Amino acid sequence: MYTQGLSNPDTAAPAKAAEGAGLAARFQERVDAEERIEANDWMPDAYRRTLTRQISQHAHSEIIGMLPEGNWVTRAPTLRRKATLLAKVQDEAGHGLYLYAAAETLGRSREEMFDDLLSGKAKYSSIFNYPTLTWADMGAIGWLVDGAAIMNQIPLCRCSYGPYARAMIRVCKEESFHQRQGYEIMVALCRGTPEQKAMAQDALNRWYWPCLMMFGPPDGDSTHSDQSTRWKIKRFSNDELRQKFLDALVPQTEFLGLTLPDADLRFELGEGDATKDGARGHWRHGSINWDEFRQVLAGNGPCNRERIAARRRAHKEGAWVREAAAAYAAKQAKQKLAA
Amino acid sequence: MATTSIQVNETPLVLYLLRRADDALILGHRLSEWIGLGPILEEEMALGNIGLDLIGQARSLYAYAAEAEAAGNDEDTFAYLRDAPQYRNLLLAEQPNGDFGQTMVRQLFYSAFADPYWRAMTASGDATLAAVAAKSEKESAYHLRHSSEWVIRLGDGTQESHARVQEAVDVLWPYTGEMFECDAAERTLADGRTVIDPAPLRDAWDGTIGAVLSRATLTLPQNGWMQSGGRTGRHSEHLGHLLSTMQHVQRTYPGAAW
Ligand SMILES: [Fe+2]
Ligand SMILES: [Fe+2]
Ligand SMILES: [Fe+2]
Repeated sequence: MYTQGLSNPDTAAPAKAAEGAGLAARFQERVDAEERIEANDWMPDAYRRTLTRQISQHAHSEIIGMLPEGNWVTRAPTLRRKATLLAKVQDEAGHGLYLYAAAETLGRSREEMFDDLLSGKAKYSSIFNYPTLTWADMGAIGWLVDGAAIMNQIPLCRCSYGPYARAMIRVCKEESFHQRQGYEIMVALCRGTPEQKAMAQDALNRWYWPCLMMFGPPDGDSTHSDQSTRWKIKRFSNDELRQKFLDALVPQTEFLGLTLPDADLRFELGEGDATKDGARGHWRHGSINWDEFRQVLAGNGPCNRERIAARRRAHKEGAWVREAAAAYAAKQAKQKLAA
Repeated sequence: MATTSIQVNETPLVLYLLRRADDALILGHRLSEWIGLGPILEEEMALGNIGLDLIGQARSLYAYAAEAEAAGNDEDTFAYLRDAPQYRNLLLAEQPNGDFGQTMVRQLFYSAFADPYWRAMTASGDATLAAVAAKSEKESAYHLRHSSEWVIRLGDGTQESHARVQEAVDVLWPYTGEMFECDAAERTLADGRTVIDPAPLRDAWDGTIGAVLSRATLTLPQNGWMQSGGRTGRHSEHLGHLLSTMQHVQRTYPGAAW
């Protein structure tokens, strides 16, 4: 940076612009050729900003996502369920750490990103602003929320940015394990007493629509999509991913003997992944209440305040621990120097 | 009625297994309460990992207790359908988390015992117990290392952390004596070489704790009075609240499978 100040800006600027255009073209060629961009490679500032935002938001989602399930670890109904739920929440913490590390390769520190989360500046997935009210929510979250996350994340394993793509490969393996665990909880409830089955249906009623919203606004309204597609960060549109999710969801719901809370759900014949009575096509959902989605994003979901407040409280109450660890490390370093 | 607590035929072996399983479950449950509350993410994960190890140990021990009792109980009826007076865990294990320092001191006190205890138990004449011990010993060694490091860091960190962790040592100290008790029931098992008498482990424990506290610039409490009663079901007020949370779903939907 300082050395650039030595050259005359008037003559340097056009040369730099030309150089920049060449770099940008070369960058896009590499992306088009499906090459992975690595941390030290040249990349457009906007690409860096977009990825930093997306990866850190993803990391925040993992961390905030620990809370709704953490809410049931102490009340899990069997020791096996308790252990698997605790392990799942651990996995999510690991995903968060892994993703913060991937985001850090783009230049921002984990502390800065985490501060953005605590201050409310950074966003995280809208889904975690809904409450977990019964044990069945542990089934519904694993089945639906982790299921939706997988739909979103499998294409990200081929994201043009290498560190993010590699993080996603590891994360996706664990997410599909979570999804199976969640579904298994639902199976147990649906084979159980009428009360348990009602609990499962109630959870599905509450999580279905918010999960459809997880894929983001419909394709016409999405602001970041076009550029992200050119950069091969995004491989499928929001609506395409939502469709894949729904096509997988309907037969799973039928197997459970549950009903999706969607009066307008229908099967449309045509080219499609889903099948019904041997015919190909797609399941179509009813209209999504996007106003609810916007309200949750704006901070007005049922649990927005609690989620952030919980993380702020933990951060504040842990300050003395972090300070002590830093002070101890400093003392140790000093002693080593003296020795 | 499915809502009532189970009755357990506490032969010396069953009683022994429930005691050790309850220690691990109750302490593991306490650690699981840290989710979302940790001072740093790495520590939230570490506490969860230790909790998972302990819950795993509890499950192995309950499974053996079920087999030994042969009365149709299983790990879940033991965990979810006994009321506080039927629980046999150490008072130490049920003490509240307090702040992070208190949680780490509680872990240190327990793990400094569990580590040599399970190592010695690998020589048990009972093959099942020896196998549980072999696994628990490895896990306890990590728990001990992790909690020691934190107690040292906090004790020799800032003025505030020193004061907090010294307070935790003082508060928890009276619950450490119970670990070394050996009643008549356990004595018969020790005589048969199924289990070991924990009393002789006291010296090793004192040595470990003394070394950690000294590196942490902390002092041992002068008061030697020790609380006990957990092994016979006389608990502190805290256990009932823990169980009311833990057992809530099982007790609300009696007889349901999950
Ligand atoms: Fe995750
Ligand atoms: Fe995720
Ligand atoms: Fe997950």
